[in-house]
Amino acid sequence: MRRIVLVIVAVIVVVAAAAYFGLVYKPAIDPLPQGQAQSFDAALIAHGAELAAIGDCASCHTSAAGQPLAGGVAVPTPFGTIYSTNITPDRETGIGSWTEAAFVRAMQQGVDREGRHLYPAFPFDHFTHVSDDDDKALYAYLMTRDPVNARPPANQLAFPFNIRAIMAGWDLLFLKPGLVAEDASQTPEWNRGHYLVEGLGHCGACHTPRNALGGEDAGHAYGGGMVIDGWFAYPINASSPAPQKWTPDELATYLKTGFSADHGASRGPMAQVTAKLGEASDADLHAMAVYIASLMAGSSAPAPQPPNPPPLTSGDSLAPPEVIKASADRGAVIYATACSSCHESGRLPPFGGIDFHKSTAIHADSPQNIIDMVLFGLPAAEGRTGATMPGFAGTLSQDDLVALLNYLRATYGDGRPAWSNAAQLVADTLSGKTAVNLYGQDGLPRGPIPVNRGGAGS
Amino acid sequence: MSITLNVNGEDHSVDADIDTPLLYVLRNDLKLNAAKFGCGLGQCGACTVIVDDRPIFSCLTPISLLQGRKIRTVESLGTPDKPGPLQRAFIDEQAAQCGYCIPGMMMRAQALLERNPHASDAEIRTALEPNLCRCGTHMRIIRAVKRAANAMAGA
Repeated sequence: MRRIVLVIVAVIVVVAAAAYFGLVYKPAIDPLPQGQAQSFDAALIAHGAELAAIGDCASCHTSAAGQPLAGGVAVPTPFGTIYSTNITPDRETGIGSWTEAAFVRAMQQGVDREGRHLYPAFPFDHFTHVSDDDDKALYAYLMTRDPVNARPPANQLAFPFNIRAIMAGWDLLFLKPGLVAEDASQTPEWNRGHYLVEGLGHCGACHTPRNALGGEDAGHAYGGGMVIDGWFAYPINASSPAPQKWTPDELATYLKTGFSADHGASRGPMAQVTAKLGEASDADLHAMAVYIASLMAGSSAPAPQPPNPPPLTSGDSLAPPEVIKASADRGAVIYATACSSCHESGRLPPFGGIDFHKSTAIHADSPQNIIDMVLFGLPAAEGRTGATMPGFAGTLSQDDLVALLNYLRATYGDGRPAWSNAAQLVADTLSGKTAVNLYGQDGLPRGPIPVNRGGAGS
Repeated sequence: MSITLNVNGEDHSVDADIDTPLLYVLRNDLKLNAAKFGCGLGQCGACTVIVDDRPIFSCLTPISLLQGRKIRTVESLGTPDKPGPLQRAFIDEQAAQCGYCIPGMMMRAQALLERNPHASDAEIRTALEPNLCRCGTHMRIIRAVKRAANAMAGA
C-alpha cells in the first residue's frame, strides 16, 4: 500500500515538473553583449516601420507625456491595471539588451528575454501568427529607434493575477502558435489580408468580445461590443451595423484616412489605429480591407448609394431653414438648431458632417459613440484635412442629449428599436464614471486623460 | 420669435429665430462685442463665452439651448476703469498682440480658475488647448493666467 502511495506521489511530482518545465518555465536568453552596435539593412528597417504601423505598436507603447515607444500607458483590465513596457533600445529600461531571438520569442510565445510570462494586454495571441521574417524587420525597426531611459509604473494586479507563471495556463487555453492557414480557395490578396488582420493587425483584440478569463471569445469572432477608452467597438462581422455595405475600396480608404463619407469617421482608439495605418503600404491596407469586407459579407445592408444631394461648392447657399417651432419635440429642435446646419449641408468634411442615414453610429446597438461625439466632438488633426466636430458638453443637459439621441435613432435608424439604456449611458459619461479618452484624427490625445475627468465639459 | 436670455446677470428679451447662434445675438442684438467671430466652426475659440460654469463656443451654440442658462462674457469681468483680476493680469503681462483671441482665452481661463483656483501650468495649457492664437503670445497668456490665479488667491 505504502509503495502504491509512493508511486502515485512520484508520478504527480514528475508530471508537475514536466508541466512546469514544458509550459511554465522559460529560460532566460542571454543579453546582447554591451557596446556591440548592431547594424541593420535600411530596407529592412523601412519594412519594419510599415509593419509597426500595421501593428500600431506606438499607440499602446507611447504615453501622452512620454517619448515615442517608451511605454507607461495604463491599460485597464478586469484583473487590474497593466502598464505598457518601454520598447526603445535602452539597455536598462527598454529592450536594448534583447537579441533578435528574444524578440521573436516574445512575439510568438509571450515571454520576455528573462523568461517571464507576459500578460496578453500585449496581444501575443495575435502576434504569434507573425512570420519570423516580419518579426526580424520589426526588430530592426525597434532597435534603431532612439533609446529612452524610462521605467513604466509597476502593474497593479490583484492576486493571483500578479503571478506571471499562471499566464502559462492562459497560454495553454488561448495561445494557438504558428502562422494562420492559407485558404487556397481565396485570392492571394485575401490571404495576405487574413495574415495581417489575424496577426500583426490584431483587430480582434478590440473587435472580438472577451470571456471571463480575458481570452477572445472564438465563438463570437469580430462580434464587437467591448467599450474601450469609453468608445464602443463595432461588430465587424456579418452583424456589422453599417447601414450600407462596406466595399473593400471604401474600407481601404477609411483605414488609410480615418474617414468614409459612406460610414463615418474613426475616433477614440480607432483614430489612433487609422492615424498609424496611414503609414502602411496601400497594398497591405487593401488586402486587410478585402479580408475584413469578407468577414462582413453576410450583412444584409445594401450597397452604397451615390451621394445625394451633391456637395455644395463655395458660393452656393443653403435653402432657408425651416421655421422651427420651440414647442416641437425637444430632440427635433436641438437637431434642427444645433446639428442640421452642418449635417444637412451636403458639404464634405471639415465643412459639413455625415448624412445620418449613412452613419454606423446611429445604427449600432449602443449609443455610446454618438454620446461621446456630441459631448466631446472630434478634434482637428494637426497638419492635415479631415473630419472635425465641436463638442457640446457645455451646453447640452442630460435630458437634452437623451432627447437628441431618441430623435436621431427614430429618424435615421431605419426602424431599429430605441436605445433602452441611453439615459444611463449619458449619465455615466457626463459624470465621468465611463472614462472617455479623446483623440484627434492624427491619433494624438486631446484634453485631459480621460477627457471627462471630474465630469464632462469641465 | 422672442426668447429670454440671461447675459451677465441681466435678462434680455431677444427677438430672433431659435437657431440663431448665441454669438450673433451677443454682438448684433445686445451690442456686447467682446466675443469674436473667428472660424464659425468651433475650431478656434475666439467666440468662447461661459454658460453656467462651462466655456462654450458661442458661434455654433443656438439660443434654443440657452433659455434659463446664465451666460457670461468678458464684459462681466470688469470695466476699463476697474478691470477684474484676470483682465488686470492680461494687461500687466501685455498678453495681447492683435487681441482677437484674447476674450475667448479669458473666458476659458476664467472658467478654469473658478473650478480650479490653483491650476498648474500643465492644467492651464490643457484647458486652453481649444483656443488658438495666431500672433503667438501663448507664453504671456499662460503667465497672465498664473498671475490672475495668484491675485485671486491673495484677494
